[in-house]
Amino acid sequence: MTPESAKLLATALAIGLGVIGPGIGIGIVAGKAVEALGRNPEAEATIRATMILGIAFTEGLAIFALVIALLIRFT
Amino acid sequence: MTPEHKPAGPHISIHADTITSFMGFHVTNALLLSIIVFVVFLIVAIKYKQESTKPNKSNFFYFITFVLRAIYTLFRSVLGEKTNYFFPLAGSFFFFILLQNEFGLLPGVGSVLIKVQEGHQEALVPLLRGNTTDLNTTLALALISVTFSQYVGIKHLGFIGYLKKFINLKSPMAFFTGIMETISEFSKVISFSFRLFGNIFAGEVILTIMAFLIPVLVSFPFLLFEVFIGIIQALVFAMLSTVFFSLAMEKAH
Repeated sequence: MTPESAKLLATALAIGLGVIGPGIGIGIVAGKAVEALGRNPEAEATIRATMILGIAFTEGLAIFALVIALLIRFT
Repeated sequence: MTPEHKPAGPHISIHADTITSFMGFHVTNALLLSIIVFVVFLIVAIKYKQESTKPNKSNFFYFITFVLRAIYTLFRSVLGEKTNYFFPLAGSFFFFILLQNEFGLLPGVGSVLIKVQEGHQEALVPLLRGNTTDLNTTLALALISVTFSQYVGIKHLGFIGYLKKFINLKSPMAFFTGIMETISEFSKVISFSFRLFGNIFAGEVILTIMAFLIPVLVSFPFLLFEVFIGIIQALVFAMLSTVFFSLAMEKAH
């Protein structure tokens, strides 16, 4: 395996494995938000704001994986 | 990567390219688009200010007011009675990032190329580039936001009161939490800047790759999705900032 191909593989693995966890996490966050909405439709604004914040924090982990992938690819 | 190994693919560069140097100061393509956005932002703001004193207001005024009010009520649900104090900064964050994101998606941005001297050889680089796809911009925004949250914390709790959040000798557990708080203060800068940069840059890369693989029509739904992502990321940045401001005002526990 040449260093170049190892680099490409590492990039793909870093981002591919890195988004599994956040993907599941965002699914759970959004699902629970919809559940809460079904139980309490008046609180839509609060639930939406909290959900976006939760998704942003979860997504941050995927962003770290993306940063690592970019670092491997472009340096 | 050496030129002879370069694969035949779309042009993707993680950093903004320098177009020209002005007195030792590198003018990058991201800066160029940023100046355009800044001028547009200024014109809209001045026009809005002028309209607000006229007796007969135009549709433009009502549209901006409608958008501002929607954002204001959203921040109100997070900040409560502190909204008026924080809205100028958080609202500016929102509109600045929103405009930067959406201007990066306009046709011509990234596709109009220009020849520049790179060392001894000529290279083709895009004339314009979305400003939030440059890490320098997002880092600056993150530093502004985190520094202001420190300022707010010191102003509301006093210097000693704010320091108690980070150095707490009441119990070993509290000491450990203080260390964690200190680390999280620094990691906020990283996560803020890379969240915005990563999302917008990944969007640009997806659009470029899609247009490269299938040139006709396929990139259109992705373009719509990127417009949506631009709005959401501007909202997330502003909302997270306000949440951290209001967290900084809370007493140590």
